[in-house]
Amino acid sequence: MIELKGINKTFFSKSGKVEAVKDVNLSVKKGEIFGVIGYSGAGKSTLIRMLNLLERPTDGTVTVAGNNLSSLKGKDLRAARQEIGMIFQHFNILWSRTVRDNIAFPLEISGVSKEKRMKRVDELIKLVGLEGREAAYPSQLSGGQKQRVGIARALANNPKVLLCDEATSALDPKTTDSILELLTEINQKLGLTIVLITHEMHVIRKICHRVAVMENGRVVENGSVLEVFHHPQEDITKDFVNQLSEPEEMKESIAHLAASQEGELVQFTFLKGKTGSPLVTELIRQFDIEVNIIQGKISHTQDGPYGKLSVFIKGEPTVIESALKYVREQGVEAEVITNG
Amino acid sequence: MVETLFPNVNWESMWEATIQTAYMTAISVLATFILGILLGLLLFLTGRGNIWENKFVNSIIAGIVNLFRSIPFIILIILLIPLSVYIIGTMLGANAALPALIAGAAPFYARMVEIALREVNKGVIEASQSMGASNGEIIFKVLLPEAMPALISGITVTAIALVSYTAMAGVVGAGGLGNLAYLEGFQRNNPDVTLVATVLILVIVAILQIAGDLATRVIDKR
Repeated sequence: MIELKGINKTFFSKSGKVEAVKDVNLSVKKGEIFGVIGYSGAGKSTLIRMLNLLERPTDGTVTVAGNNLSSLKGKDLRAARQEIGMIFQHFNILWSRTVRDNIAFPLEISGVSKEKRMKRVDELIKLVGLEGREAAYPSQLSGGQKQRVGIARALANNPKVLLCDEATSALDPKTTDSILELLTEINQKLGLTIVLITHEMHVIRKICHRVAVMENGRVVENGSVLEVFHHPQEDITKDFVNQLSEPEEMKESIAHLAASQEGELVQFTFLKGKTGSPLVTELIRQFDIEVNIIQGKISHTQDGPYGKLSVFIKGEPTVIESALKYVREQGVEAEVITNG
Repeated sequence: MVETLFPNVNWESMWEATIQTAYMTAISVLATFILGILLGLLLFLTGRGNIWENKFVNSIIAGIVNLFRSIPFIILIILLIPLSVYIIGTMLGANAALPALIAGAAPFYARMVEIALREVNKGVIEASQSMGASNGEIIFKVLLPEAMPALISGITVTAIALVSYTAMAGVVGAGGLGNLAYLEGFQRNNPDVTLVATVLILVIVAILQIAGDLATRVIDKR
């Protein structure tokens, strides 16, 4: 659905040139939710703006839904943009228009007759769950409702791709979840391809199928969400993954425990079907060791569940060794974090 | 009663002067609104980072606007007499004052328009571009509607300034309340005429202010 080939974007300013995006090659399949994660300044905003040519790449080609966008200009480009919806961190809806007129705006641009416009707007209002708020002005809406208007507006012209620029970063956690659910629903119901950028790993975990990690304008890692969560290669990816599984205070308390406990601190990582297996019970039964559970967590991704369990294991070093071997044979990863 | 309080007031000419002031204000406000928005749009759109970015055109328009804004109005009227004669056909009367009134107020208003447009959320413009909006659609469906409350309160301020400009337009025999107050009131030492003319000017200003505030409040949905 989307192909990026050899994309570079360099901004020239008085203070010199800034290479915002460097040598990016990506492809996004039809119907998938593709996430791009990175800290601010990593170039992800510039990248997503090149997908609808709000920023023109310095080099490289952008192909969306079979259109080579980077070769288009003027009227053709505007027509091609109507096949790409976009939502924004700060919603960017017109305060001078009601909910209904905001959603009708892209239809006005694409030249849909008034009668059809109103019919389509009613469908969209139902789709995003804004019934009863049609005549409200944006100032009368909550953040989540404003983003729903943004989503309805972005979907008005039946686009093939939806771009989400930090769409949940200005929302509280609960509202974020409801917007993410809506996006997943739209993805499944309409088969819409979604590209989103974010700096929040839980957004990626919750709704993305595949993820690319950006740092200093480059894509440093990309693959299926489960794979990236499971085997983060780069330090920055490990950072993002750890944000999710190990909040700071948990880290501190584990370090504290590790100092006062004997034995080895081991982290098990469970994937897909393995999250349901009674691993700890098996370990205690089969080996002469003590297992002390420190913390555990299961997260759900679009590809299935994914779990982490931290334990202290006490016993003879050789027994521990064979216990870990057993664990690995069960298809669960075991990583020794500290030796007590 | 009225006769004893204001012995020197000729109510017929006072009414005539009020009409002249209202007429000059109305026509010049209307023309200033249109011309100012045009100039303001050009200033804004040719500015840095905007859709028609053009340093050359921008600095020329900015230069003209600044020039006209800097010339004291009383001098501007005199300088523009040849233009008035060319356009209106005469250098006297209310109509003859119009070119100077508009030339004096439009650049002033154009700056306010530019500021109002700059306040429009850039993200909204970007969103419109992402929907495939043309520049024309961005101007008429996004920029102007989103800036409308500021455009209206700006024209209210300009209209009130124009009322006081019309008083100065007396030098080209434009008539109006200011002229009457000066000629009949001050020069013939009839303070009652000056007082009544002043009150009438205040009434006109109050009407403009109230109407402008009301319109801004109705339009502003922020």
